Parts: sequence; C-alpha cells; structure tokens
Amino acid sequence: MEYTLVFLPLLGALLSGFFGRLIGDRNSEILTSLLVSISAILSFIIFKEVTLNNYENNLVIFKWITSGLLEVNWSIKIDAVSSVMLVVVCFVSSLVHIYSIGYMSHDPHKTRFMSYLSLFTFAMLMLVTSDNFLQLFFGWEGVGLCSYFLIGFWFKKDSANKAAIKAFIVNRVGDFGFALGIFLIFYLFGTVNYDEVFSQIPQYINNEISFFYISLNAINLICILLFIGAMGKSAQFLLHTWLPDAMEGPTPVSALIHAATMVTAGVFLVVRCSPIFEYSQLALNFICLVGMTTAFFAATVAIVQNDIKKIIAYSTCSQLGYMFFAAGVGAYNVAMFHLFTHAFFKALLFLGSGSVIHSFKDEQDIRNMGGVWKKLPYTWILMIIGTLALTGFPFLSGYYSKDAIIEFAYMRGNFFGTLAAYIGIFTALLTAVYSWRLIFKTFHGSYENKNLKIESIHESPHIMVIPLIILAVGSAFAGYLFKELFIGPLSSENFWKDSIKFIIPLTTDHPPYWVIYLTPIIVVSAIPISYYLFIKNKSITLWLVNENKPLYKFLINKWYFDELYNYIFILPSKKIGIFLWKNIDVKTIDRFGPDGISSIIKKLSDKAVKFQSGYIYQYAFIMLIGFSALLTYLIIL
Amino acid sequence: MNFPFLSSLILLPLIGSFFILITKPGKNTNNKSAKYVALFTSFSNFIISIYIWYIFDPHIFDFQFVENKSWINGFINYKVGIDGISILFIILTTLISPLCIISVNNTVTNKLKEFLIAILVMESLMIGVFCSLDLVIFYLFFEGGLIPMFLIIGIWGGSRRVYSAFKFFLFTLLGSVLMLVAIISIFWINGTTDIVELYKTGIHVKYQYLLWLAFFSSFAVKTPMWPVHTWLPDAHVEAPTAGSVLLAAILLKMAGYGFIRFSIGLFPVASEYFIPLIYFLSLVAIVYTSFVALMQDDMKKLIAYSSVAHMGYVTLGIFTMTQQGLEGSIVQMISHGLVSAALFLCVGVVYERMHSRLIASYGGIVSIMPRYAVLFMIFTLAAIGLPGTSGFIGEFLILMGAFKKSIIVATIATLGVILGAAYMLWLYKRVIFGKLNNIELIKMLDLNKSETFILVSLAIPTLVFGFYPEPLLNTIEVSINNLIDTYNYQISLIE
Repeated sequence: MEYTLVFLPLLGALLSGFFGRLIGDRNSEILTSLLVSISAILSFIIFKEVTLNNYENNLVIFKWITSGLLEVNWSIKIDAVSSVMLVVVCFVSSLVHIYSIGYMSHDPHKTRFMSYLSLFTFAMLMLVTSDNFLQLFFGWEGVGLCSYFLIGFWFKKDSANKAAIKAFIVNRVGDFGFALGIFLIFYLFGTVNYDEVFSQIPQYINNEISFFYISLNAINLICILLFIGAMGKSAQFLLHTWLPDAMEGPTPVSALIHAATMVTAGVFLVVRCSPIFEYSQLALNFICLVGMTTAFFAATVAIVQNDIKKIIAYSTCSQLGYMFFAAGVGAYNVAMFHLFTHAFFKALLFLGSGSVIHSFKDEQDIRNMGGVWKKLPYTWILMIIGTLALTGFPFLSGYYSKDAIIEFAYMRGNFFGTLAAYIGIFTALLTAVYSWRLIFKTFHGSYENKNLKIESIHESPHIMVIPLIILAVGSAFAGYLFKELFIGPLSSENFWKDSIKFIIPLTTDHPPYWVIYLTPIIVVSAIPISYYLFIKNKSITLWLVNENKPLYKFLINKWYFDELYNYIFILPSKKIGIFLWKNIDVKTIDRFGPDGISSIIKKLSDKAVKFQSGYIYQYAFIMLIGFSALLTYLIIL
Repeated sequence: MNFPFLSSLILLPLIGSFFILITKPGKNTNNKSAKYVALFTSFSNFIISIYIWYIFDPHIFDFQFVENKSWINGFINYKVGIDGISILFIILTTLISPLCIISVNNTVTNKLKEFLIAILVMESLMIGVFCSLDLVIFYLFFEGGLIPMFLIIGIWGGSRRVYSAFKFFLFTLLGSVLMLVAIISIFWINGTTDIVELYKTGIHVKYQYLLWLAFFSSFAVKTPMWPVHTWLPDAHVEAPTAGSVLLAAILLKMAGYGFIRFSIGLFPVASEYFIPLIYFLSLVAIVYTSFVALMQDDMKKLIAYSSVAHMGYVTLGIFTMTQQGLEGSIVQMISHGLVSAALFLCVGVVYERMHSRLIASYGGIVSIMPRYAVLFMIFTLAAIGLPGTSGFIGEFLILMGAFKKSIIVATIATLGVILGAAYMLWLYKRVIFGKLNNIELIKMLDLNKSETFILVSLAIPTLVFGFYPEPLLNTIEVSINNLIDTYNYQISLIE
C-alpha cells in the first residue's frame, strides 16, 4: 500500500512527461489526477490505520549509499507525523490536479504542467516518508526543483525565470545550513538514520564542538543549522524574499507548493527532529524569535500589497511564522495542527483567488476589481469561508489551531513564549485586516476594471469550483473534528507517541480567560472595521497613507529586503567575478605565467638573432676581439 | 585468466587507427569506412572493458589482470594491472571515446581521418595511464596523451588555436619534466620503478617531500588547480567539441587518479604534510572559479571554469583521507566525466547550428528544441549536484569526508554549492528560457538521432548512479580501504 501511494504520482509524472504527446492532453490530465487521487485515498486509509490501530511501519526500498560507516536506504517510514503529512500532501495535491484541468485549459503545455505537479507530489512524499536525513534532503531538493520548474513554467516571461532562479538560490542558502547540519550529525553520530541519531542524542548533550574557533554546544549547532534549512524552505524572515516572487507561477502551483505543502516542509523538519530540538533551548528560542518576527513582518507587508496573490503569499509567510513559534515553545503538535488546518484554508484561498484571476482574464491587482460578488457567487462564498477560517473566526478550523498556538505560547511561561503570544495576538488583528481588505476590495464596493466589462465576468467552471467546495468543508470542520486527536490532553500518548518528543510535557492548565477570549473578539470586530475602512470611508486609509508616507513606502517595498540583498550580495558577487577573472586570471597569472615566459624567451631569442647578422666583417670583428682577449689573458697569466 | 585483457584494451584502438590509416583517402566529408572502423574498435573496447568489470573481483585489493613483460632488461618492465579504482576510469574512457567518435559526424569536416586516428591513439594512451603499474610506463602514457591533444587543439581548433595549444603544452610540460626527474630519482633511490614493489618497500621519508612536490607540479597542472588553471578555459574554447569532451572527461581525471595512486600511495608522509596546501588550493579553486564562472559570457569558458571548481572538490576529497572523501572523489570524477562531457556536447550542438559560443546570442530555444532543453536540464542539475544525480553522491560524500577533517574547510567548500547553482541556472536560463529574440535561432533543428543517442547514453548513467551508486561504491570500496589502511600504517611508523 505504501509503495503504491508513493510511486503512483511518479508513474503519473513519467507517463505524462514522456508520453504526454502520445496519450493526449486530456488523457494525461485525467491520468495524473486519477493516480494522485488514488494516492489520496490510500493516504486516508493509512491515516485511519495510524489513528485507530496504532499502525507504524518502516519499509526499505533499496540501498542507496554505503560508504564506510555511512549507510543510507531509500525508505518509507509511516508514523503519526508522516501520516498527517501524507494526508495533507496527497489530498491537496489531488484537488489541485483536478482544479488545474480547468485552470490550465487555455495553456498549450498541459502535459508538462501535470507532469511537474505529479513529480512534485512524489518528491514531497519522499521527503515526508524518509527515515533518514539524506532521503529527506533528496525530497527537500526535489520539491525545490519542481518549485523552480513550476515558478518558471511560463518560461517566456523574464520575471518568471528570475523568480524561479531566485527561489532556487535562496533555498540553496538554506540548504547550505541544512547540509552542514547533516554533516555534523554524521560526524557526531556516524549515521544519518533518524532512529539511530535520536537514540544517541541524550549522550551528547554536553559535547562541545569548535566552529570557526568558537566552541559551541554540538546539539545547539546541529539545531541551528537544520533550522537554517527550514528557514529557507519555509520562507522565514531573512530568507523569505523568494516566496512573494514565486507567485509568478500558475496559481494552482501557489496553492499546492507555496501554501499547503512545500513551504511547510521546514515546520515538518523541526517537528520530525523534535528529539534533537528538545535538547536545545537556545535553538528553540531562536526558532521562536524568527517565527514571531516573520509572523509580524509578513502581516505588516500584506496589509499594503495590491496583488491578490502576493497578499496571500505574505499571509502564508506569516502563518508559517505562527507554526514556527509554536514549535519554538515546544508545542510541536500544535504546530502540526496549524499546518494541517492551514493547508485547507490557504489552498482554498489560493485556488479561490485563482478563480478570481481566471474570471478577470489574468488581472491580479485588487485595485482593478470590486463589486463582483454577485457575478462570482460560489467563489465569493468559498473565499469568505477561507478568510473566516484563516483569521480564526470562532469554531472554524483556524480558530482552533491559531488560538491554541497563542495559548500554548502564553502558557509556556518563559520570556519568548509570552512575547510570542502578544505578537501572535497583534498579528491576528493584522491578519484579519489584510484578509478582509482583500475580500472587500475584490468582491465589494464599485467595479474598478477599465479593460473588462462587468458583464464578461463569469463564474469558473465546475471542475474548478468542486475542489474549492471540498476544501471549504475542510476549512470549516477540520479544526473541530481533529482538535482532540492533534492537541487534546491525551494526544501525545494516543496519537503522536514516539514521533514527537516532549521533554517538558505540555501543560494542560487553562490559560487566563482574557487570553482565550481576546483573539476571537479582535478577529470578529475586525470585520466591520475593515468594511468601514476599505469600503465605506476610504478617506481614512488615504489619510493614513498620506500622513505616514515613509512608513507606507517602507511597507509597500517589503522592508526593502530585495534592494538590500541586491546591494550586499548580488552586485558584489558580480564585481568579484569580474575582478578575479580580468585582474587575477588574465592580468596576473597569465601575464607573469605563460605569456610572461614566452615573451621573455622571445626577447632573448630576438637578442640572439642580432648576433647572426650574416655580415662577414662583423663575425671577423668579433673573432678578432675574442682572439685578442684570449691572448691578453694568456700573456698576463 | 591468462588472456592479456588489458594489453588488448590498450592495443585495440592503435590497431584500429592503423586500419584507418590504410583506408582509401576518400572525400574528407564523407569518409565512411574510417568512421566505421573507428566506431567499431572503440565500441568493442567498451564491451571488453565492461566484461572486465564483470569478471573483476571487488573483494580483493591486489592488482588483477596483471601482465608483466621485461622491456629494457633489468630496468623497465611493461607491467599493467588494475584495481577497483582503475577499472572505473578505464570504463569511463571506453565509454566516452565512441561517443566522441559519433559526435565527430557533424562537427569535423576537415582531415577527418587524421582526427579519428588522434582520438583512437588518445584512447589507447589514456587506458594505458589507468592501468600501468610501472612509473616509466605511466610517464610515457601520461605524457604521450599530450601529443594527440595538442594536435587536436592546434589543427582542428578555433581561431586562437595555436596560442591555446602552446599554452596547454607549456603548462603541462613544465610540470611533467619535474615528474620525470622524480621518477628517475626514485629509480636511483629504490632501484625499481615497479609500483607494487614500491608500495611494499616504501620510499624513505627524507626524499618524500621533494618527490611529492615534483609529482604534485605535474598533477596540479593537469587537474587543474589554482593558479595553474588558466590554460584550461583557453584550451576548451579553442578545441573542437570532441577535443573538449576528451579533455574534460578523461584528461583531467588522469591527475586525480595520479594523486590517489602516486602522491598518496607512494608518499604518504609528505601527503600528510602538504594537506593544508591542497586544502587551500582546492578551496580557492572552488570559490574563486565559481565567481569567475558566474561572469563568463562564453558558454564553453563557463563550463571550463566550472570544471576547475568541480575538480577542486575532487582534490579536496582525495586528501581528506577518509573513506567518504576518497570514494566521493572517485564518484565525483566519474560523474564529472559524464556530465562535463555532456555539457560540452550540448554546447557543441548549438555551436554547430549557430556558430556562436556566446550566451547572449541564444535565448528561448526551449520552444524550438524541447528535447535538447530536457537533456541539457538533466546535465545542468547534475552539475549543480542535485540529489538523484551522480553529482550529488560525489559532492556530498566529499563534503562529509572533509567535515571530519576540518569544519572550516567543509563550510567554505559548501559555499560552492550555492555559487554552482547560481552560475549553472543562470546559464541555462539565458540560453534556454526567455523570449526567442534572435530570429536566426528559429532555423535551428532539435537534436538529430546521433546527438540524442550520445546525450541519452550519458544521461542514463548520470541518473542511475544518482539513485543507485552501489555498483561504483562496491567496486572501489576494498581498494580504498586498503589505501587508507596502508596510509595510516605508514604515518604511524613515523610517529
């Protein structure tokens, strides 16, 4: 069953990729969707087995690398954490496959697109089912590669290509840390298998290691390095710059890769490595800090953006921040829970926005929309469900997971936890404001598009709406249904078991009432306030913008990160490249090396040539001088 | 097992080239019989080498298939034999050579017969390098390889071919002369040039340092290591496609092989002493040339510089003296042999259609050459070292080995992974993606059958060894183990 689950998407990718032309567009669309859907059904069965029957498994497919101590297998590991990820990945992926049939109907490269989607799914499955760090790294890079392909899917657009490369390179910066983390793990433990590493951790908590002449605790260093990898993949503060640009890819891609699955791989990594992270308070605090910074930063930027997809992208960034600080306070299961619910409502929002963009004939600027809620009734309602769930409106899924994060952070009792809780509450307010701004500007108010007549706006086809409905059901009820299983008081013993390690058991105390009630109140009251600000009385927002020009510019330029990186990394790299090439290679090594030697030889031979003038009298003269010199020498002697 | 397998491997291409010599000098462009003879001989060589690999026993570390004949009485023996390390390089050689000959179909129009002879002679000599067990024989093969390469660049090269050919010759000869002196001194010191004998007796420590430096000067140029790398970009740019392929895929590997077989095998104490030097030069090669590669506007130069960076990983891995590092280096060399060959062929494909190597003259060709784009992508990814390609196995093992020795060195070397992705993907983007701006490009045809065949036969091992490198790792494991054990034993004797 596990084999089928993992390899069906690969089969789909290969068939569609290599024989796409042979079997036709429509057939390959149906084929890939069908295969991934079968995987999705299997993933539910496995999830059910894991929850009800405590099913666990660790299959070895075949040997990958053996070199000295290093032994790595291709493997499939099923436990609580990976079964949750399987459901998220396969379920969202199958819906996105189906949705894409409608969304990409006018694209000439359908088979290529479906092939990439399936390949991505396969890579993601390899990532989550790995039993060792190396296969995890394979999946990690594999999803990065597919992300690169899909961001740059419209290869004629220069901006898409640039965004694709940017995504790959920024992720590579993260991978740099991740790879060093793996090296260090192998160096210390002589193995890269999870179980073998995790079982040895307690013996190594006091190991010191010298890193650039600074003595550091080995476990701290491993955790920080692994987390740098997670920061790259999950677009956390400082390594987040690629995610908004990644919106150049087709919208289904944004929903699958840049919202529901790939970007959560970083969270998965931290949760998976909880047996290591639990021993490093330093790394946990760092994660917490980075998480809350990202949550806050991305939310502030999202408020002023005008591109519908970029708003949701920053929102994703911000929600990932929530997941990380949840993990940072040791509430790994809550992080997984938010990952799980977030997959539903964020995929819903992205696919919904895709439906809007589709209707508006590829318009993405929300200033050019508005007033179309009657024209797009399904999309409108479904997007509102997604927004309610995202903002944490009571009893929808985001309410259970996000509030749980804030509560657990508060109850952790340390400085970072409390700070994270406050920032979490404030960010919840920002989240509500930007989300409702998006809804109101897109669907309400007056129609602002000058290029399209409002009559030409029409609802998307069924094949796009049905996946949205399924996701909306998930967004509404997933939180309520799975709350006990994921974060209930007995979740650790009954469900997570060994897959997540808690050294300090999570508190079961009740947080103070104001913490429980504050967030929902803020979130609910944000709806009328946003409506007033963005629809009824726009002059207030205009006034705010005009009064705070520098702040507004700072936000709309995303805190100037792109400019900063361009200035300190990209331009110097180019200059260094030119300098080393022109000045060192050509002007120094070659000039004094081969060219220098050959020119010296040439000069010497030029001199030697002068002796051979061919004039007899010159030769005779030289001979005479030589003869007389010799004679003089002999006489004097 | 008395059949002289190795000698026949060495001799077969020579015999083939003799037959080419006597084929009728028909019209240069259509010299079919010569091509068939060349293809037949090199392909049979490939089959034989695969058979040797099949009957090769990876569980013993002694040299196998040894042939020993007296050549100059009491002085030099013609002695050949292979262990787990050499067999892989021999197969790389016999795989690349027929592919080169097929690629000649389209690229070389002038003096085809002589070109094929040069390639076959080259193949003989290179196989000779990888299986000689006598220093003098090794030197003959090693330096003999220079001559056909010099001719290939100098006769069939581009516009600055003479400059490049001389630069190539000057650099490589300079190092080799010192190696010759070292070989002669070894004969005076130990009274033999037989490598197996020398392994057993060892060379006295006081001579090791100078001898190591002499060998190093030759290998460093061939690798090439910084700062004696500047001949490589020039040689690649001017060489015809097949020449670049041979140069990148095999000629450079002779140096890496030399480091393992001679520097480490014969002079362990000196090797240990000079490790910091090697690390320093390797790191400079990795970081420095990656930066330089980033800014190249000529495709061949870019790939040439990336070769320098990749070989930097190889030298780094070899001198980690760890199982992972050494095995990684060998896998990296095999992988680089496949990938750089393929990348130069990829450049050759478009060069032949457009007669430009400049990146700026291309762009957007994915829509007219989709098959080419896919294959080019596979090799780009392998060059980046993406998991699932052979490049990853090599690079990752090397870095793992390096990490054991020095965290700082491994960290700096890992930086190259970021830069490598940057320059390769940027190259790919500018050539393959984007809008089709140059109108002349529309006339380009996608890969023809022979081109597809060549690139696919390189892509298959690249991917297979990425997912299942065990055939490579199994073959070298015992030999590497033995090498490290002997090395550590010799070091411990000193202390």
